[in-house]
Amino acid sequence: MRENVLLIHPRDNVAVALRKLESGEKVRGKGIEEFPVLEEIPASHKIALRDIPAGEEIIKYGETVAVSTREIRKGEWVHTHNLESKRWKR
Amino acid sequence: MMEISGYEREDGRFGVRNHVLVLPTVSCVNGVINRISRDVPEAVCVTHAHGCGRGGPRDLQILFRVLSGMVHNPNIGGVVLIGLGCEVSNTRNLFPLIKEAGKPVEIYDVQLDGGSLQTAQKGAAAARRMLAEIGSQQRVPLRWDKLLVAMECGGSDAMSGVTANVALGAVADWLVEKGATVIFGENTEMIGTAHVLARRAKDERVARQIEQMIERAEKLAGDVMGDLASLVISPGNMDGGMSTIAEKSMGCIFKGGTTTIKQVVDYGEVPTEKGLILQDGPGYDGDSLAGLAASGSQLMFFSTGRGTPAGCPAVPVIKVASNSEIYRAMGDDLDINAGKLVEGISLDELREEMVERMARVINGEKTKAEANGMEVFSFMTVHPPF
Repeated sequence: MRENVLLIHPRDNVAVALRKLESGEKVRGKGIEEFPVLEEIPASHKIALRDIPAGEEIIKYGETVAVSTREIRKGEWVHTHNLESKRWKR
Repeated sequence: MMEISGYEREDGRFGVRNHVLVLPTVSCVNGVINRISRDVPEAVCVTHAHGCGRGGPRDLQILFRVLSGMVHNPNIGGVVLIGLGCEVSNTRNLFPLIKEAGKPVEIYDVQLDGGSLQTAQKGAAAARRMLAEIGSQQRVPLRWDKLLVAMECGGSDAMSGVTANVALGAVADWLVEKGATVIFGENTEMIGTAHVLARRAKDERVARQIEQMIERAEKLAGDVMGDLASLVISPGNMDGGMSTIAEKSMGCIFKGGTTTIKQVVDYGEVPTEKGLILQDGPGYDGDSLAGLAASGSQLMFFSTGRGTPAGCPAVPVIKVASNSEIYRAMGDDLDINAGKLVEGISLDELREEMVERMARVINGEKTKAEANGMEVFSFMTVHPPF
């Protein structure tokens, strides 16, 4: 089966959806063990690769790009509803 | 190895095009430029919204630097300068900055040359004469280390930082390896990445300059936008999956590749170092492109995920799509499809394709933005007009 997510850097705790992901389908990508998608995720958005507690750094490109505002489960969509900028609070 | 060629200029630089630039000193004469453009479509006729009504030293510095920088750009073989007469950047004030370019320049002022229609006729005749005059100049072999190539991104989506900017970065690394110079700006899109860029600086001084540049950009965003500063990313960017400016910035700075940062130059300033250069300029595409062109870029790569047709006057812009959908949807505008990276082709194969296309464009093949006439010309200001 074709890969549906891209892991950019081995340190990352999120991957990028290469197409729209449906709830229940399996995540497939280089360097990632298969696991189920928990909710619909738009193409090019981020999916959590592990359970992320509230207040933890979101790592993409091997660097911190945001901080979670609540617990995010592995397989959930990671976006503005569950993270905030480390620099400016929204 | 691909052979490339260009036009040798008196200052030792080389153009990859040999254009006649028809440039207004002030927006008041834009209509004259538009008339010349209709009469002489082969000339590169640009209009802009500046030239008067701003008195601050920083705005004046930018105004004179960008206008004279466009004249100095190596892709320009000759210039028809159209002034009004009473403006700040009038032809008398501008001339000392452009004469040293060693290019044919003809100057007309609407207030001295019989009004707009007569000035347009004189300007058009001058542009035709100049096209004939420089048309006989032959291309000569060009070395890669004579190139200054700009990297730009705009209308980004989350794939821009995954495919297209990674591909631009691979080309940037290839060019630097060949001894060329690569420049990128868009300081708002570096916010959140100061530590990453500073540790790639060639020395402490450049590292501090990088940190200070990004600090200023961050402070400006905070001052202007307050609590909304983290949204200095357009709604389109967010729809594309980028959640914060730091995330967008990480994807953005990938376009410069991975080499040592040799110099930080001001907006529109010409680099004196070779290798990777950062420009202290804004992220807004039109303003950014003008700064990069005024810095002497002969060629640009421009990645886009949401899709933008924007090109740059006199400078070929190679558009790189971040995903196959937009490449197909805007096929008339986009030159390269980096979306193939997630469909199985390797980064090396894509870089090879881009380098080959770059060589053809240097040698005269038109980019889509060139062929379509999609040039935009705007440049940054720091204060509103009086």
